[in-house]
Amino acid sequence: MKEDQYMDIDFRDAIVDKDLSRREFIKLIGGGIIVFFWVGDDSVLEAQRRGRSYPEDFNAYLRIGADGRVTCFTGKVELGQGIITSLAQMLADELDVGLDSVDMVMGDTSICPWDMGTFGSMSTRFFGPPLRAAGAEARAIMIELAAEHLQIPADRLVAENGVVFDKNQKEKRVTFADLAKGKTIARRAGEKPALKTPSEFKVMGKEFLRRDALEKVTGKAKYAGDFRLPDMLYAKILRPPAHGATLKSVDNSAAEKIEGASVVRDGDIVAVLHKNPDEAEDALSRVKAEFEVPPANVDDETIFEHLLAKAGKGNVVAQGGELEAGVKLADIVIEQTYFDGYKAHAAMETHTALAKVEGNKATVWVSTQTPFPIKNQIAEALSFAPDDVRVITPFVGGGFGGKSPGRQAIEAAKLAKITGKPVQVAWSREEEFFYDTFRPAAVVKIKSGITKDGKIVLWDYGVYFAGERGSQQFYNIPHHRTASIGGSGSTHPFGTGPWRAPANNTNTFARESQIDIMAAKAKMGAVEFRLKNLQDERAIRVLKAAAEKFGWTDSAAPSGRGVGVACGTDSGTYVATIAEVSVDKQTGNVQVKRVVCAQDMGLAINPEGARIQIEGCITMGLGYALLEDIHFKGGKILDVNFDTYQLPRFSWVPKIETVILDLKDQPAQGGGEPAIITMGAVIANAVYDAVGARVFQLPVSPERVKKALA
Amino acid sequence: MAETISFKLNGESVSVTTDGRRPLLWVLRTDLGLTGTKFGCGKAICGACTVLVDKAVVRSCIYPVRNVSGKEVLTIEGLSKNGDLHPLQKAFIKHDALQCGFCTPGMILNAYSLLHQNPRPSREEIIQGMEGNLCRCGAYTRIIDAIQTAAKEMKGGN
Repeated sequence: MKEDQYMDIDFRDAIVDKDLSRREFIKLIGGGIIVFFWVGDDSVLEAQRRGRSYPEDFNAYLRIGADGRVTCFTGKVELGQGIITSLAQMLADELDVGLDSVDMVMGDTSICPWDMGTFGSMSTRFFGPPLRAAGAEARAIMIELAAEHLQIPADRLVAENGVVFDKNQKEKRVTFADLAKGKTIARRAGEKPALKTPSEFKVMGKEFLRRDALEKVTGKAKYAGDFRLPDMLYAKILRPPAHGATLKSVDNSAAEKIEGASVVRDGDIVAVLHKNPDEAEDALSRVKAEFEVPPANVDDETIFEHLLAKAGKGNVVAQGGELEAGVKLADIVIEQTYFDGYKAHAAMETHTALAKVEGNKATVWVSTQTPFPIKNQIAEALSFAPDDVRVITPFVGGGFGGKSPGRQAIEAAKLAKITGKPVQVAWSREEEFFYDTFRPAAVVKIKSGITKDGKIVLWDYGVYFAGERGSQQFYNIPHHRTASIGGSGSTHPFGTGPWRAPANNTNTFARESQIDIMAAKAKMGAVEFRLKNLQDERAIRVLKAAAEKFGWTDSAAPSGRGVGVACGTDSGTYVATIAEVSVDKQTGNVQVKRVVCAQDMGLAINPEGARIQIEGCITMGLGYALLEDIHFKGGKILDVNFDTYQLPRFSWVPKIETVILDLKDQPAQGGGEPAIITMGAVIANAVYDAVGARVFQLPVSPERVKKALA
Repeated sequence: MAETISFKLNGESVSVTTDGRRPLLWVLRTDLGLTGTKFGCGKAICGACTVLVDKAVVRSCIYPVRNVSGKEVLTIEGLSKNGDLHPLQKAFIKHDALQCGFCTPGMILNAYSLLHQNPRPSREEIIQGMEGNLCRCGAYTRIIDAIQTAAKEMKGGN
């Protein structure tokens, strides 16, 4: 088969009327052997059509270049969660190349296909399977080409480490690089190419170190704030003292006297620009502004009352049996309300963007989880065509759900358009706290009942304002109902949004606290009681794994040992966590001494990477469990830096042990979020076990522990 | 109020002419183009901006550049010598002691100073010495392990 023929055949394989667009596109990324593939459902396709005019039948692709290097282009971004390694592993394995020869190009809207964003623990679960399929398809193409090149039937050929050879005569071989040389072949991955089975895995399921570590330990890794362009300016923007405040008057005269500073006013934006960021900030401090601040009608104490007053009707998430029948069956009925305050994302990198506008085209480097949606927002703000805006996402210094909104990118783009110079907007920590979309404050009301022998027979659960993720209980309860209730209109005095495992932290805290209360009433141990009420095999298996690793023995709480248990599910993954704490009764301080976490996440693509995520979840989770809470008065945020908003520190960290169940034959599930959901409940439960006092509101702060003890 | 400030930066003599009250962080990142040192909080609370001045830890976000006059400044870019990574850098890679990597330069330089003062720190001493550096991704346990590995590797030297 000649090369030209091959090309023709393959172009007929693709959707014919898109050839031109695809040809142009291939030119854009350079030649080589390219496999396009498709991720997601038709709604994604719809959204893609509204975006850039790519060929429309794919949203990811890989290329094998003439140098033998394999490049995966994806709209997903690296936030620290490690997909730069695990996605490459999936591709390398199916394609039979070494992991070192795979390059990841991520989050650049001009060369990566449309993607809605990196959140929801979806990269491995939903992007992974088609990526593997594309890898398998590419491997089949290489075998076909090699058969032609070597004049050997394809069924005698084997691919390994980027080389195809005759299994009977190993010296008859050709490299992927040689096969790709001078060729441009494009093909769309078929519906179901044969994927490897776990026994054939060479790269997946194996431990690999982070592939971005070298850049990150040498200071070479570039984040959005690290790009420098000729004549660029740094902007500092006037901010209101509270959400809802309106600007009454502004006097720029003192700021304009600072050498090199210029002031730009555009609608609501008052910005000071300077070639040095610190001098821009200094100049901004000289801007005299008066704001009218609306009266504060709610604060972090009264917020829960406020929320319940605004509650709407809600929707039933799950139900079964008859609640009335459950009440009749119950020997003990427990009604309890749980509370959770606002939490900040507090990624170490603040929201940052650098924008360059030339004519009617813009290039913007952004720290973001959602490069494509932000591209469209920028285009709209500048009145540019979406195709004329390019968003580049370099390394992102943490996201946790907080880097989907891209206000800073729009600010930088507007200022770059106005000034005609590249402009960087990098938020201060105070701006970061002010504009953060906090994890919402929420209330959970539960009425549950057990029989004398510890069987749960009633579960009436309502979550207010957290959201429904993680609200569905997984115990075997005959009479149950779960409802999620939100409000209408502006309920919160500031922005809220998804925070690592959204809603699930609050829901798991409430549910697993309630389960523990019932266990104690039944005078049963926390594991024993759960096992008695579980039928879900994955939940049983993961709980038993955690108990075994911990060396758990059941004893009714409070046992004085300071041990607690919590289970949960998130992103297709099951998690069971057991913690040991000590409580200082005088100060109310809780020190977490040991945490064991078992996780059923199906196939763990990179077990080492998965473990890091579990450890990270546990460590970050200590914060919302023990101390993190946003204080505010109306629209004024009172915690604006790490002096009063305390993040977990080195001294907080317990001994952490992880168990990842070996389930290589099961589909890969989420890994970046699940293990954080159990942290609130496991600590509240361990505190109760230690001192017999229960805290019903997160965080389990020293004040609340003391109050519970009193 | 521009003044000329001369110092050693990662072993090379440099001088900058600027307002001496400006924070060292921004002079490094803008005037000198070394972006490995990060801004985290601006109030010397998080440690992301940590650099070493005469081997002592300095939070460069609040440290006037004037104060480095005649001194030696070490940033993350100057840690590897002739292409060889410093044992701390190697240990951070080996232990996967980072995720997003934004706190990493500050962590490594803080650890460098810690090991300079105390070449064989106990786990407790590492925790004490690192307590002022924040990592939101939660890599603390691995960072502790990495520092212990580097300490062994360095055998008390630098």
